[in-house]
Amino acid sequence: MLNKATDKPLVIGVTALNAVDSPGPGVAVIRALRDGLGDNIRIIGLSYESLEPGVYLHNLVDKTYQIPYPSAGAEALVERLQYIHDKEDIDLIIPNFDAELYNFIKVSAQLRMIGIHTFLPTHEALEARDKINLAKFGKKHNMYVPQDKVIHKADDLKKAAEELDYPLVVKGKYYEAYVCQNLELAQKAFYQLSAKWGTPIIVQKLIKGTEINIAALGDGNGNCISIIPMRKLYITDKGKAWAGITIEDADLLDLARQFTKATNWRGGFELEIMRDASGKLYIMEVNPRFPAWIYLTAGAGQNQPAALVKMAMGETIEPFTEYQVGKMFIRYAWDHITDVNEFQQLSAFGEL
Amino acid sequence: MKLKKNIATSENGFIFNPSTGDSFSSNPIAAEILGLMKAGKTSPEIKQQLLENYEVEETQLERDWEDWTLQLKDANLLEQ
Repeated sequence: MLNKATDKPLVIGVTALNAVDSPGPGVAVIRALRDGLGDNIRIIGLSYESLEPGVYLHNLVDKTYQIPYPSAGAEALVERLQYIHDKEDIDLIIPNFDAELYNFIKVSAQLRMIGIHTFLPTHEALEARDKINLAKFGKKHNMYVPQDKVIHKADDLKKAAEELDYPLVVKGKYYEAYVCQNLELAQKAFYQLSAKWGTPIIVQKLIKGTEINIAALGDGNGNCISIIPMRKLYITDKGKAWAGITIEDADLLDLARQFTKATNWRGGFELEIMRDASGKLYIMEVNPRFPAWIYLTAGAGQNQPAALVKMAMGETIEPFTEYQVGKMFIRYAWDHITDVNEFQQLSAFGEL
Repeated sequence: MKLKKNIATSENGFIFNPSTGDSFSSNPIAAEILGLMKAGKTSPEIKQQLLENYEVEETQLERDWEDWTLQLKDANLLEQ
């Protein structure tokens, strides 16, 4: 149904092949696609660096091309994708990095013109869930988001702390956060984060509770096609889930539906939730793409990447209604052996 | 005192709360009591059965029962 009359395989480009200790979702997305779409697919890896492990996993990725960093701009991205498309006749691209989404959304119409589908949110939806705007978004749509202050100078920390009280969370514009017990620690965190990610810095009230994540898929018309809530069972020092279990809770499903409706979200997303002692569900962050644990959705009976592909290619998908509760994932690390020739091939020619 | 409806228990004493993802292991007597609770027996009925089947004084059983109840509450396994 998805393939053209020629029986050409469905060619899908996937980014974020960095299956490292703080993993990108690409490899998990590909596993789900291979599970859900059968043999007649060809996976084109799109990598930024030569040591992204997924590049060398040839049972998952058929061919990899390097693409320019997001900072190179949308034009450079289109140019490179056009080159890859000429060789591979790509049907669809699933970008999986936060930082690349702006450009991919910007060029999505251009890509569609040359025959490449995407299934992405609008720039407005992307902006609305940005850390800097999330508290405002929560207020507007009656969702709990921790109170915060967006600051540009370390001098503003004192005033922010007076309003929010310690302990507070000092968060980088893109990544990383520190829990700070006093002004001195908050200042240190401010300087570290602003040096690394720039300003503004988000200073947030600390919410204590149980961490829950929700992977979901919106159809772009306000409907949520799939929702899988997961409780982290093992958390790494970088705060990433190394093991998790699907859970059942109607409030979590309602929250995901509420978010999808408020944003008309199109594509995959992840809600990072903290449930406090009173049971209130706080949205801590919204990631605008599939999470690295997305393969659990396939394991639990709602293969979100496969459903996204079908929708991107024009199929109408009915919302899933059931999933398996108590389905677990346990991540593992292993040493994949390859040859220097492969590394050299990608480094020198940008293709493998 | 009632277990939440969706709590899953196994014969070997494993307990899973699907709402929170919490899991617990229990000893054989706890597993037996959980089985009785899931079967809809009331607290007095279960206590009577324990008194009949085990060598335990009623006062000791009452103390242990109180402790058991607290553990179930802490684990968020009871209906509010």
